[in-house]
Amino acid sequence: MSTNRSNDSNLTVLDVRDLKTYYTTARGPVKAVDGISFQVKSGEAIGLAGESGCGKTTTALTIMRILPNNGEIVSGEMLLGNKDLTKLKEKQMRQIRWKKISIVFQGAMNALNPLFKVGDQIVEAIVTNERNVSKKSAYERAGKMLELVGIQPSRGRNYPHEFSGGMRQRALIAMALACNPDLLIADEPGTALDVIVQAQVLKLMSELKSKLNLSMVLITHDLSIIAELCEKTAIMYAGKIVEQGDVISIFKEPMHPYTQGLSRAFPSLKEARRRMMSIHGSPPDLLEPPSGCRFHPRCSKVMPICKQKEPKTTKAGKGRNQYVACHLYGGS
Amino acid sequence: MTENAVIEAVHLTKHFQLSKGFTESLFSRRKSLVRAVDDISFEIREKEVFGLAGESGSGKTTTGRLVLRLEEPTRGKLTFKGRDLAKIKAKELKPLRRKMQIVFQDPYESLNPRMTVDDILAEPLTVQRLDHSKAEMNEKIRKMLEAVEITPPDEFLLRYPHELSGGQRQRVAVARAFILDPEFIVADEPVSMLDVSIRAEILNLMLDLVEKFNVSFLYITHDIALARHMCDRMAVMYLGKIVEMGPTEEIVYEPLHPYTNALIDAVPTPDPTAKRTKGVLQGEIPSPINPPSGCRFHTRCPVVMDICHKEEPAIVEIEGEHFVACHRHK
Repeated sequence: MSTNRSNDSNLTVLDVRDLKTYYTTARGPVKAVDGISFQVKSGEAIGLAGESGCGKTTTALTIMRILPNNGEIVSGEMLLGNKDLTKLKEKQMRQIRWKKISIVFQGAMNALNPLFKVGDQIVEAIVTNERNVSKKSAYERAGKMLELVGIQPSRGRNYPHEFSGGMRQRALIAMALACNPDLLIADEPGTALDVIVQAQVLKLMSELKSKLNLSMVLITHDLSIIAELCEKTAIMYAGKIVEQGDVISIFKEPMHPYTQGLSRAFPSLKEARRRMMSIHGSPPDLLEPPSGCRFHPRCSKVMPICKQKEPKTTKAGKGRNQYVACHLYGGS
Repeated sequence: MTENAVIEAVHLTKHFQLSKGFTESLFSRRKSLVRAVDDISFEIREKEVFGLAGESGSGKTTTGRLVLRLEEPTRGKLTFKGRDLAKIKAKELKPLRRKMQIVFQDPYESLNPRMTVDDILAEPLTVQRLDHSKAEMNEKIRKMLEAVEITPPDEFLLRYPHELSGGQRQRVAVARAFILDPEFIVADEPVSMLDVSIRAEILNLMLDLVEKFNVSFLYITHDIALARHMCDRMAVMYLGKIVEMGPTEEIVYEPLHPYTNALIDAVPTPDPTAKRTKGVLQGEIPSPINPPSGCRFHTRCPVVMDICHKEEPAIVEIEGEHFVACHRHK
């Protein structure tokens, strides 16, 4: 597949600025995403990491503008080129979805419709999004897409239950790429897959990324997946980004106590067997987030100021583009 | 067999018969069999954590169900503390079940959504008719909740599973397994549905409980790094066979079977400079209905030889309890 995408890696594909998405519930507003900013450059992958309930999936749904009815973008901008996605009408947004930005949903096992053949589902994605494509050429393209992700085109005649977990994940990727988008959002790719199959899927994604010069937003709770695929990462906690920057510096020297906790949660085969570390407690209720720094109730290095004042994001660490929101590094 | 084996499996085999379509049943008399577990032997010793590692479809879950006699083996012998499990009548099973418990993979599905935490933990005690008074039972449940760090217990007793986080649910499932003072516990991928950040807590908790309650433990996982964290000895399974078995540190630092190597290479690490996808194994695990001839791994093996296509390698002891089934090691 050829692409006429610009190879200029300085070109910003998506620029999210101070985005806030709240859900209205009977008990009050849930501030699921509360003022996050990040950029995705052309051909670059950014990993949004955090625990369940930190707002990472809401971020994905917000970018696609497919929030549930009680979800609302409260403020902020999402610039795709010169268009602000938060301002577009539903009809205009349809021109963006799948052709400019597409998404691979969480749960490869359940994201395909079990009643339709895999090939037909990819064709459906093509013909609904591109009006002037004939059925015949849509089928041809679906075959090519399957080939691109390493599945024999003839397997498009199979139903999802005839596919293994890894193949279903590949088929979903094929479907998301069918209309040649610039930006791919992947929500928890590879989780729920075995380690070997997961490694195969990640390898495929990294090949596609360089082959098609794709930009990606990768959403996961698993830092190892980000280490494999992304150039940049943003660590989310309770609706905020607590640390952001290039992957190598952040993984080598995590500054925020939360990032440090996340990266220590892996058992390593290279080191001597030790007790695995974890972060005590669970993420806060976003109806009433903790005062000051939202991580303070779980933080091992908590100071009096953390309970009172929210830390500002400041440049920290050795990384060129490493930013941290923590009072330890003068974020006051 | 060593003296202190709690579970001993000898030539354990489980074949599932496939149901045939109507036309197929007219024209063919051959039965299709899924060879889920095919002639494996191992033992789990007292107070030992034993691991089974392998991909989906390698037969590790079926093995876990067999040793609890949730499945009847097709062939082979299985003993629990010297008693032949196959010879135990259905009636006598109940007191035995008390000694053997399981923690399932998905805490979102293994807890009844209509039962409170109190009910969930009281049920095994009632089913086993342990004749506790109401007060004793409450005391036991409270103590167990404290042991799994669901504190304070009073705050959680009347909650339903949907009012708990994933990690808390799995703690309740662990409490349910330990509440009958069992001697042997199977944990089938107990953390694969949980966030990476809380996995460590649950695994550490289980290790603590294993020590505190003196149980033997079978840990089933697809992630060899987690197996290494948990286990004293482990076996690597592929397509119904044990391909390598031995002390955990030896398996991890001196793997002999190419499949063990592949599992080690695929271990997730949060290190952007160490890419694990470079030499990743090609293809997927073949169907256990018609497993490949010879060595079952030969279709994916990076160091395959001629003999591997024809002859099945026997499992041999290389040195000090380190076993491998590979033509390259004889």
